[in-house]
Amino acid sequence: MGFPRVNDYVAGKKDWGSYGLPHEGTKVPELLAGDVAHKDVPTCALADRLADVQKRVRAAGWDTCIVVNEQRVVLGRLGRKALDSDADASVEEAMTPGPSTVRPSIGVEDLLERMRARNLTSILVTTPDGRLVGLVLRAELE
Amino acid sequence: MTPRSIDRDEVRRLLAEEQAQLVEVLPAREFSEEHIVGAINIPLKEIDERAPRELDRERPVIVYCNDYQ
Repeated sequence: MGFPRVNDYVAGKKDWGSYGLPHEGTKVPELLAGDVAHKDVPTCALADRLADVQKRVRAAGWDTCIVVNEQRVVLGRLGRKALDSDADASVEEAMTPGPSTVRPSIGVEDLLERMRARNLTSILVTTPDGRLVGLVLRAELE
Repeated sequence: MTPRSIDRDEVRRLLAEEQAQLVEVLPAREFSEEHIVGAINIPLKEIDERAPRELDRERPVIVYCNDYQ
């Protein structure tokens, strides 16, 4: 090119989209998982006391809590049953580790199809390196 | 001169702080299907001819395609 400052974004547009960054075009769905994910889903840490988490999550009107580390990487999830379980347990004992996730760039129609096929009522949206974006609720897509 | 390899964070920084020019080098059809917001399209085959006319030499240029695979 003969230009003095040329940079190559080697990971390219797939990487950009998978992190939920703005992209457009005729094949980009109008609404993406990252757009409809609840960013305010409650989170907790492995070392938190379950009793404290139960109280906080219920007060916020939720029935799930996402277990994350300091970088907001998802480690597990506390579902309704776990939140109703023995309050003396630790979050680590009560959580389901490694919940399934999708990327923010998946279109909501594809996502809904996938959730129906797997009978999921909600699904976590994370970046490719596992950081929490939010939670999508199937009922809101139907 | 060999282009410098950069990651997503550096792309964002160059766009925000140095008014970098983002160029997708894939063919026009692929660009129209999906591209990063703010990018322009100069297919690789045309870059030597068009870059001097369409890009500003004083600002950084970021080229990208689909991915590295």
